[in-house]
Amino acid sequence: MDFITFLITVAKALAVVAVLMSFCAYAVLAERKVSAWIQGRVGPNRTTLPVIGSIPVIGPILTRLGMFQPMADGLKFLFKEDVTPAHVNRVFYVLAPVLALVPALVTVTVVPFGQYVSAAGEVVPLVLADLDIGILFVLAVSSLGVYGIILAGWASNSKYPFLGGIRGSAQMISYELAMGLSLLPVFMWVNAPGSDAALNLTAVVQGQQGWWLILWQPLSAFIFLVALFAETNRLPFDMPEAETELVGGFHTEYSSFKFGLFFVAEYAHIVIGSAVFTVLFLGGWHPFPGVPLQMEGLLGAIVSIGIFTSKVAALVFFFIWVRWTLPRFRYDQVMTLGWKVLLPLAIANLVFYALVIAAYDTLN
Amino acid sequence: MALVIQRKPLSWLEKTYLPQILGGLKITLKHLFAPKVTLQYPEERPVIPENYRGVPTLVKDPNGREKCVSCQLCEFVCPPKAIRIWPGEIPENTETSHVEKAPDDFEIDMLRCIYCGLCQEVCPEEAIFLQDTFSVTGYTRDEFKFRKEKLYELGGTLPDRHYKWDKKKEAARRGNAH
Ligand code: SF4
Ligand code: SF4
Repeated sequence: MDFITFLITVAKALAVVAVLMSFCAYAVLAERKVSAWIQGRVGPNRTTLPVIGSIPVIGPILTRLGMFQPMADGLKFLFKEDVTPAHVNRVFYVLAPVLALVPALVTVTVVPFGQYVSAAGEVVPLVLADLDIGILFVLAVSSLGVYGIILAGWASNSKYPFLGGIRGSAQMISYELAMGLSLLPVFMWVNAPGSDAALNLTAVVQGQQGWWLILWQPLSAFIFLVALFAETNRLPFDMPEAETELVGGFHTEYSSFKFGLFFVAEYAHIVIGSAVFTVLFLGGWHPFPGVPLQMEGLLGAIVSIGIFTSKVAALVFFFIWVRWTLPRFRYDQVMTLGWKVLLPLAIANLVFYALVIAAYDTLN
Repeated sequence: MALVIQRKPLSWLEKTYLPQILGGLKITLKHLFAPKVTLQYPEERPVIPENYRGVPTLVKDPNGREKCVSCQLCEFVCPPKAIRIWPGEIPENTETSHVEKAPDDFEIDMLRCIYCGLCQEVCPEEAIFLQDTFSVTGYTRDEFKFRKEKLYELGGTLPDRHYKWDKKKEAARRGNAH
């Protein structure tokens, strides 16, 4: 690979990460705003910037919407006192927040977020790395994120983080199984005889030019979504954090920027999870079920990215909405749900779709 | 008699939690669009009820006479000893010299005051009132010691029902000392 292509690749990667990070920042804002609205409050509406904030009409509206709040939040994390308790295991203590964030940023490489159709009708997916084993990569890397939680719990050398870390690992193991099994029917479906989709995520999107997979396989989508909630540690599954039981769970001993990393990592996982769900079940960048996107050139690329991000944004909103609606499960309920309900359900679902697909193939 | 509540066993659908979750989502969605109850504080102020016990203040009567006669009852009754009074004499040959006493200085330490309202209750002259000021701020302890000037500024003028001292003066003029 020559130097120029290398530079272009780096630039692309940086751009994607930058977009992802600002998405995360605004997901935090969305969380604050939506939670406020649901509770009858107005949420952050004071933070403003000197010049932009004083533009008539637009400035006050942006301020009211809290659009400048993420910057203030970020700065706050940066400048707060960073307390490292004396009883921690320093190496792992510092490593943990990094380990929480990095997998989320790595997964984004294989998630296709748009398409570019050249004049010749050739379809180029917009993705950093169009791996054939895309979904395996996503599952493998994203589950590394839990190491951040476990390490944080362990290295903090204090009881609440420790409990949080243990809960995190147990929950992770329980739900990863159901998640993987719920995805098998999807790939059996996409890999109909004659297609060479393999485990490629772009192929899944292209396979949804007709109806979306959520309509064909609602149960798979449902199981995947529930497992996704558990994997991202969102309420009602926020066992590792459980601030009412475990103070702050795994990040109790963290402050300042390290805490900020955990915080961003949670939202990065949500955004990535939503993106993967969009790719697998919500038809990626195709606007409506049964209506594939057929625009060419640069405009088509921009529209496809726009459609994809708005679907992701809607899902992120759903995550937030659920969080401010449901109370937390008890720990044993989480385990029961994972092992006794979701796992059998996922297996039944798998067998059912295997039979349906086999029947369909033999009849044709 | 012990009352035993019969709990209905959950139906199959209820055991999946799903209808309840959807119901909850519907409720929160409704609240998402409902009008907000937040008061935008510094710009919007809460409505202070009539009988609110805010910061204790000294008041003047509608003729501009300071009503406190420095009897020091409030100083004695104040449970946390927040009040300190330096009594003084009203000079001869003034409009209100028949009142005889007025505070030279009057101090209420707002860090000590517990807003009990006993001073207002005990005052025989209706000179001290807990009014609607609810927010007291400052950087030093001394800033919270409100002196006479500040207390009158906060208190302002309240309507008077008796004009006690005017009546006394009038009575004295007509030769009836009491
Ligand atoms: S405020 Fe009332 S009670 Fe207190 S010294 Fe003055 S007259 Fe007496
Ligand atoms: S309100 Fe109570 S505590 Fe405050 S000055 Fe009056 S008597 Fe003292």
